[in-house]
Amino acid sequence: MAIDRTPVPHFRKPLLDTPFHDRARELSQNDSFVPWAGYSTVDVFTSAEQEYFAIRNAATLFDLTPMVKYRITGADAERYLNRLVTRDVRKLKVGRVSYVVWCNDAGHIIDDGTIFRLAAEDFRLCTAERQLDWLLDSALGFDVRVEEVTEQIAALAVQGPTSCYILRKFGLAGVEQLKPFQLAEFDAHGRPLMVSRTGFTGDLGYELWMSPEHAVTVWDELMAAGRTRGLRAIGSQALNMARIEAGFLMPNVDFVSAEHTIRMNRDRTPLELGLGWLVDFDKPHFNGRRALLAQRAAGVRRLLVGLDVDGNKPAHHALLYADKDGNREVGSVTSAMWSPTCKRNLALAIIDAPYHATGSRVWADIYLNRELVWERRMVAATVVERPFFAPERRRLTPPADR
Amino acid sequence: MAASSAPRHDVIVVGAGHNGLVAACYMARAGLDVLVVERNDYIGGAAVSRNLFEDYTYSNCSYVCSLLRPEIMRALELPRFGLQIIPYDGGCTMMRDGNHLALYDNHDALRREIGRHSRRDAEAYDRYSRDVIRQCKFIRPLLMREPPDPTSFKPRDLTELLYLGQRFHRMGEARMYDTLRFWTMSAADFLDEYFESEIVKAHFAGSSIIGTALGPRSPGSAYVLLHHYMGDIDETVGAWGFARGGMGAVTAALTASLRASGGEVRTGAPVERILVRNGRSCGVALASGEEIAAKVVVSNMDVKRTFLESVAPEHLPEDFLTAVRRFKIRGSSGKLNIALGGLPTFPSIPDGAPSIRGDLHITDTIEMMERAYDDWKEGRWSQAPYVDMLMPSQIDPTMAADGKHYMSVFVQYCPYELADGPWTDAKRDAFGNTVIDAIARHSPDFKGLIRHAEVRTPWDIEREVGLTEGNIFQGELTMDQLLFNRPVPGYAQYRTPVKGLYLSGSSTHPGGGVMGAPGANCARRVLTDLGRSA
Repeated sequence: MAIDRTPVPHFRKPLLDTPFHDRARELSQNDSFVPWAGYSTVDVFTSAEQEYFAIRNAATLFDLTPMVKYRITGADAERYLNRLVTRDVRKLKVGRVSYVVWCNDAGHIIDDGTIFRLAAEDFRLCTAERQLDWLLDSALGFDVRVEEVTEQIAALAVQGPTSCYILRKFGLAGVEQLKPFQLAEFDAHGRPLMVSRTGFTGDLGYELWMSPEHAVTVWDELMAAGRTRGLRAIGSQALNMARIEAGFLMPNVDFVSAEHTIRMNRDRTPLELGLGWLVDFDKPHFNGRRALLAQRAAGVRRLLVGLDVDGNKPAHHALLYADKDGNREVGSVTSAMWSPTCKRNLALAIIDAPYHATGSRVWADIYLNRELVWERRMVAATVVERPFFAPERRRLTPPADR
Repeated sequence: MAASSAPRHDVIVVGAGHNGLVAACYMARAGLDVLVVERNDYIGGAAVSRNLFEDYTYSNCSYVCSLLRPEIMRALELPRFGLQIIPYDGGCTMMRDGNHLALYDNHDALRREIGRHSRRDAEAYDRYSRDVIRQCKFIRPLLMREPPDPTSFKPRDLTELLYLGQRFHRMGEARMYDTLRFWTMSAADFLDEYFESEIVKAHFAGSSIIGTALGPRSPGSAYVLLHHYMGDIDETVGAWGFARGGMGAVTAALTASLRASGGEVRTGAPVERILVRNGRSCGVALASGEEIAAKVVVSNMDVKRTFLESVAPEHLPEDFLTAVRRFKIRGSSGKLNIALGGLPTFPSIPDGAPSIRGDLHITDTIEMMERAYDDWKEGRWSQAPYVDMLMPSQIDPTMAADGKHYMSVFVQYCPYELADGPWTDAKRDAFGNTVIDAIARHSPDFKGLIRHAEVRTPWDIEREVGLTEGNIFQGELTMDQLLFNRPVPGYAQYRTPVKGLYLSGSSTHPGGGVMGAPGANCARRVLTDLGRSA
């Protein structure tokens, strides 16, 4: 049956389809779509667990088109971005990618994202939240042009131990030479394709950026190339498991953007999120510098850390206490999972000083639903270093085939 | 003086509007013997459902239920007594060029809709909402509290001041500055800080002028915008919408609740005088000559009508009377209630969009809104008026017969006093026609569908409802008349210079809108003064 392509007005269908939507719908056994940044995206195709193991064992395709993308060009693009983010953008060479955060004047994080330096005066900024308002306000006084290009670029993440092999088989000769956080333009059977060795899984993996008109063909050819090497489409649930193991933060899960906070004390600084390594105090002025300097001098009052929780019950949304009796509350869990690969019960948590020091023991108040009867467990947990899982293959260049 | 043979009541409430009834309910529930007297033959004040033509029901004064405090609905068991609030989705401003801006509940639909006009504004909207919610969260807890007297050293006032101060301080430095700016700036300046698109600004500016003799560029109008938002944002679900059966359903439920606790309401009983003896109120004298005795009199009339018309001046300090005379309560709005033979078409609203069931507007720039205000200043109704129009019969089946529609059109601006002499029937008709013509420019079949129209000028509203100058808020919501300055400095605690006489209407903190908070706060004050627990 032919698919009706008449545009449906936004008040009837608020979410957009990505260019891969038809393929996703064919493969989705659960018909489980969730909204992500204005698009309808797959939560689970078949089983989150099977999809997760494909990330760690074979290779996966994840549609990341909804990632908000901006093109930033102009003579002042570098200066502009350098004032915007906390890292030193002058050090970012053409053909490289950098993970960044940006703050308001109070040093509170507005969002995290990645900067791609496509040319000396041509950058791409990928963000979780829409930022045009902030980016345009920040552009005053700079010779810079900021435009949102989300809908003009389709994107696929190819992640997992066999991902490099599959990309070569697909036809990207030389992709194995890409180092982590490096990007390059390829010609995929006459179609331009930008590839970056980046991802949200903490594993070997790449992200492919293309024109939406080529999206379906690329998907099909990749699937064909990866058939014998376990390539499968994954949804956001499996990806979320992998990113917790990798210790990556999820906006609106592990922190709330300062652009959205209503209540006091909900804003977070990079230092509080354990992202101090992203803040370069040696570079010229950047947004939030003064506040962050003051916080560095005074020390943080709370810190986002990794937790290794005793037992095997994920500590979802658990309040954390200094004592088993639960008299002194010291923080709460933001993300939690049983890690099938590490065989550890992992969590990301925001914890007050001094309980956030590595090696500290805290108690997690875990609620368990056992056949509709709720039970409560006070479970000990240890503050540990992140990432929880960091295989050598994620850095190896050229990577192994499997 | 004819001695009354009627028994002495604990409390007489003058005026069966929603705040008077709320106050009466709380006092009756605390065990007091409460009588509400109402000049009209029907209950409700400005929260009424009237049958003026065939079987159409008109919410002929207030028309949406957005601010009614959920804690009041709960405490007085209004749902049990029949009150049901039903939400509506969206609303829109139609533009002169045939385009429109709609507001949708769905965040993504809304972002794309605003994005049709400005992508940047679509994102700025989130920041705008955040800031408005931040301010609402600061103010909302103050609604159901009696404002402190900042000049007093009584423990209660000091505690309240401390509470205010602490809440304020807890916001943090940056937000404290924002609050001070917000309470004093104009809606146009406020919106300029977020939006670039004229239509986006015009749509949001609408609520800054409703019921107020201010223009969008007048300092202080930003607060009015917030006042209207209060019920809407981050509130319990179902707080904003139509009262099923029209706004009279609110006062009908209050009346039923009152009667269930032993209170009573007498209609057709206009009060001529509030009686004062030895500096203490002792009852009321009706226009009929009948006197009714009571220990306490609660006036739900506005502060001017209470003290300039109903209490003899010899009982009042001159300073107080001067302050009352100066209280700003200027009439600035009119109302059309229209019975329609069918649903009018608005070509700029897309087919199938929910907007037509929401609040519709036709003022597409702030400039146009400000020009409408200029007309008011010059003593004439706006030639291109701002309207807030709704057809609740699309959602509430009780408002009109199947296929027929009731349209409520709130009109801003319309002066109480015209520059060219008093209101006449002919001028009222001309005012109505100005509004109908303005709407008809956006709806070709509108005029042909009109079966009946009730046109109400501020003068009519004053005459019928008793609101001075027809001001819907019983006094403007500007910083000089809010919190401990409302209605007048020194008398913000619902008490008056006359012992035993209290105010419960919207002239008191926290002001107008069908909120009920002034009535509830007043009842608490009366009960405390009588040594009763609320």
